[in-house]
Amino acid sequence: MTEIMTGAEMVVRALNDQGVDVIFGYPGGAVLPIYDVLFHQKHIRHVLVRHEQGAAHAAEGFARSSGKAGVILVTSGPGATNVVTGLTDALMDSIPVVCITGQVPTHLIGSDAFQECDTVGITRHCTKHNYLVRQIEDLPRVLHEAFYVAQHGRPGPVVIDIPKDVQFAIGTYVGPRNIEHKTYRPRLDGDAQPLARAVEMMAAARRPILYTGGGVINAGPEASRLLRELAGLTSFPLTSTLMGLGAYPASGKNWLGMLGMHGTYEANNAMHGCDLMIAIGARFDDRITGRLDAFSPGSKKIHIDIDPSSINKNVKVDLGIVGDCGHVLRQLINAWRALASKPDKSVLAKWWAQIDKWRARNSLTFKNSIKVIKPQYAVQRLYELTKSRNTYITTEVGQHQMWAAQHYHFEEPNRWMTSGGLGTMGYGLPAAIGVQMAHPGALVIDIAGEASILMNMQELSTAAQYRLPVKIFILNNEYMGMVRQWQELLHDGRYSHSYSEALPDFVKLAEAYGAHGIRCSDPSKLDDAIMEMIDTPATVVFDCVVDKTENCLPMIPSGKAHNEMILPGDEAEIEDAIDASGKVLV
Amino acid sequence: MNMNAPLSPYSSALGKANSEVHTLSVLVDNEPGVLARVVGLFSGRGYNIESLTVAEVAHAEHLSRITIVTSGTPEAIEQIGHQLERLVPIHKVTDLTLRGNAVERELAMIKVAGKGANRDEALRLAEAFRARVIDASIESFVFELTGAVGKIDQFIELMRPIGLVEVSRTGIAAMSRGPSPT
Repeated sequence: MTEIMTGAEMVVRALNDQGVDVIFGYPGGAVLPIYDVLFHQKHIRHVLVRHEQGAAHAAEGFARSSGKAGVILVTSGPGATNVVTGLTDALMDSIPVVCITGQVPTHLIGSDAFQECDTVGITRHCTKHNYLVRQIEDLPRVLHEAFYVAQHGRPGPVVIDIPKDVQFAIGTYVGPRNIEHKTYRPRLDGDAQPLARAVEMMAAARRPILYTGGGVINAGPEASRLLRELAGLTSFPLTSTLMGLGAYPASGKNWLGMLGMHGTYEANNAMHGCDLMIAIGARFDDRITGRLDAFSPGSKKIHIDIDPSSINKNVKVDLGIVGDCGHVLRQLINAWRALASKPDKSVLAKWWAQIDKWRARNSLTFKNSIKVIKPQYAVQRLYELTKSRNTYITTEVGQHQMWAAQHYHFEEPNRWMTSGGLGTMGYGLPAAIGVQMAHPGALVIDIAGEASILMNMQELSTAAQYRLPVKIFILNNEYMGMVRQWQELLHDGRYSHSYSEALPDFVKLAEAYGAHGIRCSDPSKLDDAIMEMIDTPATVVFDCVVDKTENCLPMIPSGKAHNEMILPGDEAEIEDAIDASGKVLV
Repeated sequence: MNMNAPLSPYSSALGKANSEVHTLSVLVDNEPGVLARVVGLFSGRGYNIESLTVAEVAHAEHLSRITIVTSGTPEAIEQIGHQLERLVPIHKVTDLTLRGNAVERELAMIKVAGKGANRDEALRLAEAFRARVIDASIESFVFELTGAVGKIDQFIELMRPIGLVEVSRTGIAAMSRGPSPT
């Protein structure tokens, strides 16, 4: 069925037809016609952020916790440039986001008009795809195509730039059913031949490891279920990237903890010493591999990814399988079940015994204190007091993020929202707002640092406006902790501009926004304070005053291999561990 | 490879020693910005473009063909192909060098100025290379030459001492041999 309507009406109608019920945005001159249509309807809730970057991260948080696309609506010029960080973040972490930007009318494009910028030019490098819609005839197709592109294949952000005259123009609306993308058809199933070879390799392995990433989570909850099934069938040990936490439960038998720069000793050593690595929806990022020429030198490697460009990009693998993680996992399970002779699980006994030895080093240990709250202890207590609830965790970026990844344990996918690839400070609070919009009754906690939280502090006002009971749990060490840690390790403790001078009083700040503020600096009072936070049915800012100079360990020093980790208690060695070539790395 | 540069611990052991030149044929939707996407991909990821040709090849279907000559290790070139395939408006990427058996041609215009014996020599060489004269004045010629890159390079080198003024080249257009499409 076709209908005649304005471009602005088409935008809102297409959002409805795509099943969108929440959008995050900020009005301005070039999107007023769309805002006018929003005014007349009740199906879509609009969340007014305080800065467009907040809208982008909120849409990411919404998308990651719900599996649906997040939607952003902003104006031209500064509205568009302010979402660039969020779009880049979504691109790096493969988050499906559709961002609608207003543009000056077509006859003014190129004239340096007020609030004009080359939005498609600026966002070309930080989106999966983008569109400038110059005529009304293209608008319905582009709107639906954008949702298709954002959500299919490797997900990512898509921008639709709509000039104001196109929003006013009248045309024929076409629904999503009649639209199919001409060329973009990602492959979902893996090819039979490499799959058969993969199962042979798995059956022959004596020291295998499953290395999984955010791709498993992006493939939907069924992929996580299948991953658990495969791990159960094979008894293979399993580790995950930061982005993949929750796909396999942290309480699961095969779980080795997170791997990589701040991963566990057992996970990194198992990666180094394995004879078969099966990478599923992970991309061999530099945080994971450490020194590339010493990365898991003795192993055969299988890589399953929906993006062919991820295979052999950083690490040369022996077998690549292009496909959706969920589909390929199902194929692998079927092929494994069909094996004529399955290896006895006892062939892995030696490998598991070795892993248990590594595990016994207890690499996440820390020296607790009764005088000062250790940040790791704060996350541990937060975990213990919230684990039985319907909890979602977001983070900012830095030490607190790594401590959250190490000490908060996830049992389910889509519960952990963090900026992995881009490492965007200021992600966590707006992301928490997006999560809370998707899960109104849930307990949503942003584990933050005092420096990161100030980067998008203004969104506290958004949380207050919509009465979103998000909890902002600040591990306040008065430093940009990860910067301070690297300055200690690499620059002889010259803490150049990493001290958080002139911090606000976070309790008063919370109150100024109409939120509830809590401060705690005494370990013996921490549990009560956390319970107060949980039991307060409002936005809470928790100023958790922690040890100022705690370092985040264990750590693979930059430029080192997986088996060259610095463990807690080895701090003295850190300074000597990084050589000149490691120093240039980030 | 620059031996003085510190070896990055993240750099692959393969280095840049075995660099190869490949011709990629890329069929794309002829839509605004598609060339910027392709060129931006090369600059953003640090790949080389040695030559690039683009024009619409099927008007009704809105298809353009971009022919890119690039260089890099075989691994880098495989990666370039995959990165190009990720771009939404791209239909097909063919590595003509990898497939072998492709025809490659380039068109060049070469302006030569001179008098007397030089003028005769330029004309004589042009004839030997089957270059056409497309403009002539009392003291200059513009030659049009189509052929393989090496042939054009050679012709330009021969014109240099005679009075080469300037060169304009199209870059390579290429296609697979035989009945099936590239």
